[in-house]
Amino acid sequence: MPLTADEQVLRHDVIVLGGGLAGMRAALEAARGGADVAVVSKVYPTRSHSAAAQGGINAAFSAEDSWEKHAFDTVKGSDYLGDQDAIEVLCREALQDIMELEHMGVIFNRNEDGRLALRPFGGAGFPRTCYVADITGQAILHVVWEQLVKARITCYAEWVATSLVVQDGRCRGLVALEMRSGKLHTLEAKAVVLATGGLGRIYEPSTNGLICTGDGMALAYRAGAALMDMEFTQFHPTTLYPSGVLITEGARGEGGYLLNSKGERFMATYASQRLELASRDVVSRAEQTEIEEGRGVNGCVLLDVRHLGKKVILTRLYQIYELAHDLAGVDLLEEPVPVRPGTHYQMGGVKTDVDGRTSMPGLYAAGECACVSVHGANRLGGNSLLETVVFGRRAGKAAAEEVRQVPFAGLSSAPGRDEHAHITELLQRGERGGLRSAVVRKEMGNAMREGAGVFRDSEGLAQTLETVRGLKGRYQKVAVQDKGGIFNTDLVSLLELGNMLDLAETMVVGGLARQESRGAHFRRDFPERDDINWLRHTLAFYTAEGPRLEYAPVTCVRWQPERRTY
Amino acid sequence: MQAHLRVRRFDPEEPAPQPRYQDYTVEAEDYFTVLDALIKIREEEDGTLAVRCSCRSSVCGSCAMRINGHATLACKTKLTDASKGRDVVLVEPMGNMPVVKDLVTDLQSFWDKVWAVEPFLQPQGPVPEQEYLASNESMVHLTGVMNCIMCGACVSDCTVLAVDPNFLAPAALAKAYRFVADPRDGASKERLRALSQYGGIWDCTRCLECVQVCPKDVAPMDRIMTLRDKAMQAGYTSTYGARHTIAFSELLKESGRLDELRLPVMTFGIFNLPRMLSLVPVGLRALVRGKMPPIFHRAIPGVEHIRRSFRSAEAKR
Ligand SMILES: Cc1cc2nc3c(=O)[nH]c(=O)nc-3n(C[C@H](O)[C@H](O)[C@H](O)COP(=O)(O)OP(=O)(O)OC[C@H]3O[C@@H](n4cnc5c(N)ncnc54)[C@H](O)[C@@H]3O)c2cc1C
Ligand code: SF4
Ligand code: SF4
Ligand code: FES
Repeated sequence: MPLTADEQVLRHDVIVLGGGLAGMRAALEAARGGADVAVVSKVYPTRSHSAAAQGGINAAFSAEDSWEKHAFDTVKGSDYLGDQDAIEVLCREALQDIMELEHMGVIFNRNEDGRLALRPFGGAGFPRTCYVADITGQAILHVVWEQLVKARITCYAEWVATSLVVQDGRCRGLVALEMRSGKLHTLEAKAVVLATGGLGRIYEPSTNGLICTGDGMALAYRAGAALMDMEFTQFHPTTLYPSGVLITEGARGEGGYLLNSKGERFMATYASQRLELASRDVVSRAEQTEIEEGRGVNGCVLLDVRHLGKKVILTRLYQIYELAHDLAGVDLLEEPVPVRPGTHYQMGGVKTDVDGRTSMPGLYAAGECACVSVHGANRLGGNSLLETVVFGRRAGKAAAEEVRQVPFAGLSSAPGRDEHAHITELLQRGERGGLRSAVVRKEMGNAMREGAGVFRDSEGLAQTLETVRGLKGRYQKVAVQDKGGIFNTDLVSLLELGNMLDLAETMVVGGLARQESRGAHFRRDFPERDDINWLRHTLAFYTAEGPRLEYAPVTCVRWQPERRTY
Repeated sequence: MQAHLRVRRFDPEEPAPQPRYQDYTVEAEDYFTVLDALIKIREEEDGTLAVRCSCRSSVCGSCAMRINGHATLACKTKLTDASKGRDVVLVEPMGNMPVVKDLVTDLQSFWDKVWAVEPFLQPQGPVPEQEYLASNESMVHLTGVMNCIMCGACVSDCTVLAVDPNFLAPAALAKAYRFVADPRDGASKERLRALSQYGGIWDCTRCLECVQVCPKDVAPMDRIMTLRDKAMQAGYTSTYGARHTIAFSELLKESGRLDELRLPVMTFGIFNLPRMLSLVPVGLRALVRGKMPPIFHRAIPGVEHIRRSFRSAEAKR
């Protein structure tokens, strides 16, 4: 008997989908607010991709800095697409949240005087990034997990959510597959908080872990919630060849150089002031231009940290020293490492307000899967860990408050049984030797890189859209070789692929429509930013024929758009 | 290049589940890790192969398994290194825990033990408005333990755990150290008391296995040794382990070598009759084989040097 459906319905006031930083932070806050909370996560929480964040987390607290300056840098970094009310919340509350992390136990690096140390990061006017060597994400993630243990919050780990349950327009819970047992469970909640992280695996290569498949965004989209600004995907300038594994921006923050094949620090031509520390979109485009114009080294440029000296490299950049060694066979003390732009972060996501409310009642979202929007068209390094804790906390709080007034609907286990029928059908599809999901995924990844990558144009985007739609057709024929119920990763890959294809479509459709260049979305055929027509958010809604787009205004309260130079 | 992998498979849903080995040949690139090879197998050849993985960069702790007999991260092990001098790379699930399917193990007991050490900061006094003031050194050295990604490799290969399932095992003990050594934690003494109990710091046999397999240089055994030191300093000297350590040093200070007759007496106490009696057969066997330690124990020449070393080490505390 392979898959089964649980007849029992599990009930919690608040269910947080995702055990990364945003999810656990939301769960803690909801529990503090008196709600009975459970976390559902497809991996054990400490394995979430937040662990991979190396560089740091921003807060403006040095004497010469202020939250306003942080907010301005963020607005400018966002190429004016970020909502300034949300950015204000992010930057004002940063210090409080970071202090709370410190009190929970995070071992931040310190200064001589015993206070938290700051390092410079791209796109920031001052050093304002707190860090824990180069394991910042891991260090914070583990400490927040410790607090989850302390608060004895229920955690359903290695449960993969497959759909949201919506009744009368309100989100009432979700269905999840327990990997260990092969059981499909119906979980009822008065509110669901999505915190499922990014979708980097849509592209090939990506800095994201293999689990970053945008599940929560896709679940929300199919359930009817609005996605926002999906065409804005960040390409990180320094990823290892060929794996796409990230070299932290900290490497440039500490003073690393980017060199072309002639040994020139080419950033001088593209960003004469900030050089290597210009905003990520600017550096990625510079690299791509160098590579395309023949000044690359095997499709890469070189990152050189040798001049920083052994001590800095082996203490503050130790993790990347190891990664370069393990994955590229390069000794950073001796030679530069080849790097190229790779997909890194999704600015767009499920549209929310500053308290995590999505367009669907009962459904909240926070972290990378959400779009508040604080990153607009381009995110600054160190701002997204910050986003996870600030908006995770706010979403958790709002959800706990709301559920005091909401009764349970008394769901039956029908959603789980329906999903069971649907998945059983998937399992029967195709036989050994049939089309593999990885084949479809790779084609999608390559098409997205080529047509919806660092540089875009209408022809390439249209071509990519056609490819993605074609792949959606072929997806129907993908075979699942593993017919079992227990730990069926073959099945999970298929479900993830389905999610990614839906999202890829929204990204390309949004990008095709947006006839301007802004932040990470650079159209060769429309190389200028167009504030008259395009200073607005793209909303995408699910329809059976593909995404339907709408537009929403950007909140500009303090700063009017200016030209963006670094 | 071509790589050959022999993977231990286990399908719990077979009628009479039995582990078996399956060979795969992979067309691999030079830069491949063992994980890359496993993923390639899973994606192209055999979708039924179960393996946990995510980050591909040794930070998520998902992909610990035994490669050529030792626990490690598959994403940190280069295929070329693993195949050096062998015809086939042996890939098996971690040890000391039940297998769920193929390379996926059940980590419940791993997490239970981590929870058992109360793995969260218990600060003393009122919470400051800003950060706790602490020197960079007192914090940064802790990142060495914070490097732990909870992969389970050390627990998989711990030799004591293999014979005593009650042992808290290296990962949980390293985690405990992280709090004991944190200047902000107020519960250190209570923690050390609990860690001195059966199953805790005194049960490690210092086999070094955990230090060797840990992919993140956490060196759990070294942390356990520091915990022992701290436990004794905190006054938890009545456990056999602590008494053994103290007696050991006292005897060395006295004569410059171990007096094996007095060591057990000092460790267990002369009035601990059951323990004393249990040693009688050992003594008799030693006597029969001519290995009885001398009744009259004499100091070695130059014992003064040893005493001096002790004094200077103790002064440095
Ligand atoms: C390599 C790398 C380095 C980075 N460095 C930095 C940095 O230095 N500073 C910075 O600010 N930001 C950085 N970022 C970005 C930042 O790390 C992420 O945006 C952030 O950690 C996302 O956190 P999250 O909680 O939203 O999601 P995640 O941490 O990705 O967590 C997602 C959670 O959702 C769960 N989940 C997903 N789908 C399902 C499903 N279907 N069912 C059940 N559970 C599910 C997963 O199990 C996981 O627990 C970096 C990102 C990468 C990739
Ligand atoms: S040194 Fe101690 S903890 Fe480490 S593996 Fe050996 S017995 Fe286990
Ligand atoms: S101590 Fe090392 S081997 Fe053990 S769980 Fe932590 S990282 Fe893994
Ligand atoms: S895949 Fe994350 S540690 Fe190996």
